[in-house]
Amino acid sequence: MNEMPNFEQAKTMTESKISANKVQVYYGDTHAIKDVDIEIQPRSVTAFIGPSGCGKSTFLRTLNRMNDTIDICRVEGSIKIDGENIYDPKVDPVQLRAKVGMVFQKPNPFPKSIYDNIAYGPRIHGLSRSKAELDEIVASSLQKAGLWEEVKNRLDEPGTGMSGGQQQRLCIARAIAVSPEVILMDEPCSALDPIATAKVEELIDELRENFTIVIVTHSMQQAARVSQRTAFFHLGVLVEEGLTEDIFTNPKDKRTQDYITGRFG
Amino acid sequence: MSLPYILIALLVLAVAGYIVGRGKALSSAGGDSRELHSLPGYYGWNVVVSILVPALLLLIAWLIIQPIVLDSQVSSKISEETIAASSLDLIMSDVVRVAEGLDLAVSQGVMSADMASSIRTELTDVRSRLGEIGVALGSEVTAETLRAAQTYRSISGTGLLLRSIAVLAAGLIGFAVGVMRTNKDFRARNVVETVVRYILIAAASIAILTTVGIVLSLIFNTVEFFRLYPAADFFFGLTWAPSFGGGSELGIVPLIWATMYISLIALAVAVPIGLFAAIYLSEYATSHVRAVAKPLLEILAGIPTIVYGLFALLTVGPLLMNVFGSGGALGVSWMSGASSVFTAGAVMGIMLIPFVSSLSDDIINAVPQAMRDGSLGLGATHSETVKQVILPAALPGIVGAILLAASRAIGETMIVVLGAGAAARLSMNPLEAMTTVTAKIVSQLTGDADFASPEALVAFALGMTLFVVTLGLNIVALYIVRKYREQYD
Repeated sequence: MNEMPNFEQAKTMTESKISANKVQVYYGDTHAIKDVDIEIQPRSVTAFIGPSGCGKSTFLRTLNRMNDTIDICRVEGSIKIDGENIYDPKVDPVQLRAKVGMVFQKPNPFPKSIYDNIAYGPRIHGLSRSKAELDEIVASSLQKAGLWEEVKNRLDEPGTGMSGGQQQRLCIARAIAVSPEVILMDEPCSALDPIATAKVEELIDELRENFTIVIVTHSMQQAARVSQRTAFFHLGVLVEEGLTEDIFTNPKDKRTQDYITGRFG
Repeated sequence: MSLPYILIALLVLAVAGYIVGRGKALSSAGGDSRELHSLPGYYGWNVVVSILVPALLLLIAWLIIQPIVLDSQVSSKISEETIAASSLDLIMSDVVRVAEGLDLAVSQGVMSADMASSIRTELTDVRSRLGEIGVALGSEVTAETLRAAQTYRSISGTGLLLRSIAVLAAGLIGFAVGVMRTNKDFRARNVVETVVRYILIAAASIAILTTVGIVLSLIFNTVEFFRLYPAADFFFGLTWAPSFGGGSELGIVPLIWATMYISLIALAVAVPIGLFAAIYLSEYATSHVRAVAKPLLEILAGIPTIVYGLFALLTVGPLLMNVFGSGGALGVSWMSGASSVFTAGAVMGIMLIPFVSSLSDDIINAVPQAMRDGSLGLGATHSETVKQVILPAALPGIVGAILLAASRAIGETMIVVLGAGAAARLSMNPLEAMTTVTAKIVSQLTGDADFASPEALVAFALGMTLFVVTLGLNIVALYIVRKYREQYD
């Protein structure tokens, strides 16, 4: 077991999925993210933790350029996914977001049927040639999200009529349906009760086999349960990043230790 | 004492009451306002209220009851034969006129007060004497009318005196009661609170009762109209040809048709333009553009409709003539005059743009940001997001906005009067002149017609029809907005 971290680290240094270098984010005059460097491993779960307002959600949103929708937001530095800089002028943010899906804090199903919610992305991107293929995509996405058994007989009912936990898994299924490579999750369980949270966490663990997952969370227990690597943000700075066990059992930085032991945040 | 003086006297009393009430409250607490139950001002207001409320209520009651009493007293003096020869209303108006003439004569010093109440037609030519001071009477004043007028003067004079005394007495009693009640434990604040609530209730009731009054007056006159003219002919008649000599055909169908046609054209102009403008402003425009463009667009809503009418008559109509008229750019002669359904419809559409855009803009802004994020996060473009997520979510509200605009269009008058022409006609050609329900209400009521004739009363039936249609549209709009309002959550 002792060699494992070293082995994994050595392996990932060469083929990290996302690699950010000297990333700065400004909201107008506010410098929200300062000099963040991070490597995110493929097919694993990386958790971003830190106190409120530390910039973890902001940084997450730079990874699929969702910050572009905010007028006053400005990003500097480079973020490469599979070696390609996503802030290159040649990159189409719309295509990028199909490749880097996102699940939000509050479940936000569209006011459409369950079927149409899942089919939304595939239809926009023209992923299916026939109704049968679309049905297949919808079914497999719901299966991967562990929702199929619960909803297979009521696909034409509105997605907004389900429980909060089901809605969030529907949103995850919706993101999976466009076959992204990376899924970003912004506090996906903060609006859910413990049972629904457990189901979503289980799902995240299963999705790790096929997707690269980055999750922002307020709950340190959740980070410890679902993630392989953890990054701790504080005041817009990436304080410490490493294997989850190391961060929680043997933090190198005083600030990380204080946060984890509950001295602030 | 006349009405303004009574009101001024009450006001003076109220100001005095405020000062005395406030002063007494403070002195009862030994000058320390912390000892009082309420702030000192409330004690002042409490006295003001106890002066004004009874006095004003009494005054209002008096203003309503005195004319009724006067009327019955005076009319009992007029003999049955005179009433049979004419009508009581006409005689009473003569009586009032003579009485007012006598008042005027006294105030100008032409007659003494004694003379005014003692003159007899046998001795004085009242008509010519009143004529000298500018009161023209239609016929010779009979002895009976003069006597009635003199009774009228004496009763109303006594009434006015009693009114002043009673109202001022009520004010003074209120003053005394208000001041007596004032001491440091009296809950003046609660009294003021109650009064404020009743004032607000009164304001709301006046607004509602007025609506009820309008509807009732429409209904009574409409019923009167249907007594003179068969309802089936009105609702299903295909010809609108009023002739004030009688024998008119008053079919509503051509008017309703033109109203619907013009409204439809107006909506066809206003809905796409207004909706797209709203989408641009709420989804694409930067905050700087929005800050300038939104108020500019809303200026359109502030332009008086008569100005739009002029625009239709002098600019749009001739422009259309140059294209579709004889000798126009297209070489066709589909249009015979500048006034047409299309002229009025297009200009009305421009007028409605801000209605549609402003309401739709609010509704689109109310769609949660989470919906946009969800769609953009799946790799949808901005316009895909608008089309597939935002518009469906905002649709109920947008439909409501459109229906409100439609009821505006149906009720619009000035643009139609100036832009659409005055001939009632059933035609499919939008370049022909037609006229609407609203325009005909104006023309039926502004003539010299006898007010009891079907030609004038038809205006109320038209108004009632319009009222029912717009009310129906408003109810449907409200229903749709309410039912689907919280679809996204």
